[in-house]
Amino acid sequence: MNDEKQLHWLVRPSTIRKLWIGFSVVLTLVVLAQTVIYVKGYFGFDGWFGFGAVYGFVSCLVMVLIAKLLGLFLKRPQDYYDEPEQIKTSAPSHDKVKENSNGV
Amino acid sequence: MGFEFLSPAFILLIAAVLICLVKGHARTAIILIAPMITLLAIWQIPDGVQSTVNFLSYNIEPVEGSPLRRLFATIFTIMVFVGGLFSFRIARWYELAAAFTYAAGAIGVCFAGDLITMFVYWELMAIFSTIVVWCGGTPSSRAAGIRYAIMHFLGGVILKVGIVGVVLGTGSIQIQPMLATDFSTWMILIGILINAAAPPVSAWLADAYPEATPTGSVFLSAFTTKTAVLALILLFPGESVLIGIGLFMVMYGIIFALLENDVRRILSYSVVNQVGFMVVAVGIGTEMALNGAAAHAFAHIIYKALLFMSAGVVIYRTGKNKCMELGGLFHTMPLTCVCGIIGALAISSFPLTSGFTTKSMISQAAIDGNLVWVYMALTAASAGVFLHAGIKFPWFVFFQKDSGLRPKDAPWNMGLAMIMFASMCILLGVFPEILYALLPYPVDYQPYSIGKVLFYLQLLLFSGLAFFVLLPLMKRTMTISLDTDWLWRRAGFSLVKLIERALSSLSEVVTQQRNRLQELLQRMAVRYLGQPHTADSQERSVFARSWRVGTTVLWIAGLLSAYVLLYYL
Repeated sequence: MNDEKQLHWLVRPSTIRKLWIGFSVVLTLVVLAQTVIYVKGYFGFDGWFGFGAVYGFVSCLVMVLIAKLLGLFLKRPQDYYDEPEQIKTSAPSHDKVKENSNGV
Repeated sequence: MGFEFLSPAFILLIAAVLICLVKGHARTAIILIAPMITLLAIWQIPDGVQSTVNFLSYNIEPVEGSPLRRLFATIFTIMVFVGGLFSFRIARWYELAAAFTYAAGAIGVCFAGDLITMFVYWELMAIFSTIVVWCGGTPSSRAAGIRYAIMHFLGGVILKVGIVGVVLGTGSIQIQPMLATDFSTWMILIGILINAAAPPVSAWLADAYPEATPTGSVFLSAFTTKTAVLALILLFPGESVLIGIGLFMVMYGIIFALLENDVRRILSYSVVNQVGFMVVAVGIGTEMALNGAAAHAFAHIIYKALLFMSAGVVIYRTGKNKCMELGGLFHTMPLTCVCGIIGALAISSFPLTSGFTTKSMISQAAIDGNLVWVYMALTAASAGVFLHAGIKFPWFVFFQKDSGLRPKDAPWNMGLAMIMFASMCILLGVFPEILYALLPYPVDYQPYSIGKVLFYLQLLLFSGLAFFVLLPLMKRTMTISLDTDWLWRRAGFSLVKLIERALSSLSEVVTQQRNRLQELLQRMAVRYLGQPHTADSQERSVFARSWRVGTTVLWIAGLLSAYVLLYYL
């Protein structure tokens, strides 16, 4: 309990738990509100019950996964472009860079 | 008022010179007062072409007013004022002078009545924004500045080629709506799109802006891309290829921002993303869409500068700019944190912020045009913006784990600048009519209906849920992401090295053979003609002597000048 007291109130585990509960309630309410509030669908399907919620969640999921996938190919160590003079070989090879960054 | 010939840009140009000349409070006064005078001047300019100057048989129109031009000039000037307030205590005088000249270029473009004037101011922006990047002062900012300059001067050349082509083809240098139908118009479009950070060269933006100083990147975030948006609205409204380009930019910005670790680079990618929305709107090209593009540019400059300011304060106070090294800063930087969150909510187009009242106009334009896929992509992108900028930026900087850093909050002037922009974000969100009244076309649009607010709340709150659910997938790594600039920073570099090596070994062989040949010829000459005379031998008389090259060149120059002089006499 003492540990908990020392933390800022916002980062105490109990607060974070309450935040999660509060957030879940808000999320539920926002979806349920559609039973009383009419959401105008411009193309038919976008007026479906909870469409915004599902679409928001799914598109974020897809984007994060695409980013993750691209990251496999595109991510490089931070010093990738540093001191290119060190690279003596003709073809830029990833392994070479790794060696350099480990060597430093 | 005498602005028939002189664009309001000159006020900022004079201010930039004065910033170099004076010090202390006088400089501060200039930094704060010059934008106010400029704003006053901007609103004195009536609609239409104010004057024509004949230059090289072209009718130059240095100042042309219209609601759209005034709108962009207004927000640029507000940006100069608040940016100046933000930076005057820590920025070097040369950075401020460069930033003011850069802004003057942007305002000059706003009022340029013809393509030639536009081009001149366009290049002014390119030069002085490069200097702002260089003011970062590190080796990497020097290198990034050179890459930035090459990209923008290349863009300038392409634009110039297009302008020359159009002038030759039509005989007119007027700025008027056109479509990319032939070579010259395509060149103009490409030249402008390079400044808008369109694919395939979007990388320049995230490469250069984060290398500037914390204050420099605030200025950089505002002018170049938004001037390009204005140029697109003026020259290419309804050019449908822009819809595709814009959508690509929107998605590119999100994906790369998700991969990024550097705070200001995240914000840079989201500049590309937001400009993408505007480019789409210009591509749709209806009155609603163009209104939306202009309004969104206006709102975007405010909240993006606000985000760069809050990132700038963090970097200024902690000296760190990586998500992995930051966190937990809300403890001691409450003001910066709150302002950053307001900026983040605005960029995510949360209801009651400026992003909602402006970005939704673009979505509405897509609906009116019955463009289902464009609308769905923009809506998904709105969710993605909340993901990559709206939550990611404040979360990783101010919350996540406690980094143990306890820096002081923003100095008073930086705090005041952030408060001003944060209030504007909310003001334009609650009273959008203020901005709607300034738009180029009459606005018949209700941003707030209870159903729409509910839809956006669902969309955004559930993307928030997605963020926290997927948090393990978004662990930051100390990495950068490859972009198309790999082609010239790595592949091109290696290719040049390869060619250089091949050429140097070739030249070795050639030198060897040439030396052998020379020796052979000399031996033959000596055998058949005898020893050559030595140079400068004293036995010869004055005119038979050999002279030094320098003396000879001087004589030739003198004789030629005398000849020219005599010719005109």
